[in-house]
Amino acid sequence: MANSVKVMKRKELEAYLQDVEVFENPKVKLEQYPTTPHIAACMLHTICCTYDDLTDKSVVDLGVGCGVLSIGATMLGARYVLGVDIDEDALDTCSRNLQDFEIHTVDLLAADVRHLANPLNCHLHKRFDTAVLNPPFGTKHNQGIDIEFLKAALALSRHCVYSLHKTSTREHILKKASDWGVEAKVIAELRFDLANTLKFHKKTAVDIEVDFIRLQHKTDGRTV
Amino acid sequence: MKLLTHNMLTSSVIKGVTKGFPLKIVASKVEVREVDYNEPFIIKTLSKVDWPALHQAANEVGYGEDLPIELGEDFQKDETLLRKIHNALLQVDIIEGELVCPESGRKFPISNGIPNMLLSEHEVSS
Repeated sequence: MANSVKVMKRKELEAYLQDVEVFENPKVKLEQYPTTPHIAACMLHTICCTYDDLTDKSVVDLGVGCGVLSIGATMLGARYVLGVDIDEDALDTCSRNLQDFEIHTVDLLAADVRHLANPLNCHLHKRFDTAVLNPPFGTKHNQGIDIEFLKAALALSRHCVYSLHKTSTREHILKKASDWGVEAKVIAELRFDLANTLKFHKKTAVDIEVDFIRLQHKTDGRTV
Repeated sequence: MKLLTHNMLTSSVIKGVTKGFPLKIVASKVEVREVDYNEPFIIKTLSKVDWPALHQAANEVGYGEDLPIELGEDFQKDETLLRKIHNALLQVDIIEGELVCPESGRKFPISNGIPNMLLSEHEVSS
């Protein structure tokens, strides 16, 4: 990927991200709904331009899925991205996407994100400047998984975590952040149109309200 | 899988394993793919790299010859060395092979460049 001094415009990024192939057969159990190109572009452009947390940074993407956030982060200047997912089918799709985009700075790892916050995994901890994630919402049959993803993201990052959560869980997330001693801020409220991506959505389109949240470590080892 | 990624992986969540680091690499297919060189990024990344583990891994896959056993104090000024480190960390890519837990011998396949560290529940220490 060529160095660009000027950051790509949001619309341009969104246009590129339209070409990211999405889940062939989304798995209900894993809440596999894709991050739309529009939402991914909005998130990443804000992370890059408002907070300068992508350009020349190392980034971890938890629940990488088909890779739209990792690909977009790389297009905005991330130097190295590690994408982690438990689903090997999603990783295969992601790998094809990376090939199509000719991106060589994103590595993929098949692992259970829930194990990553474990102190035994200390070699992964604090290795990334920034964590980005669109975690399972944890409101179906896997309550609490959103919190486990956030814990892992905080463990792996030195500076900041950017995540998406159902607006209905906002108080809970902010309370957890306060318990962990990190600063949390709702940056934007988004609407997710799940448009029949998962089969339990009986209506033709289901809009859900989602918060785009930024968590920042209070003492961070930021050097650049 | 880049060696930078390898430098972060452990098998320590396996029951009975204490460190599980570094994982031994048995590679059957390795590629070198060009990645833009950025000196400040390499220096910053090195501050967190476990050097002996990187040195060992690079040797296991045949790209360690140029790397010193210990990283001297002046490495930040040595662009030739930093470029070699850049190559080892970001350009050398393990496409096929396996990672082996140094304590339990548990093997983790690397297929199409993706290491699979998934464990079944009974293998994980609580």
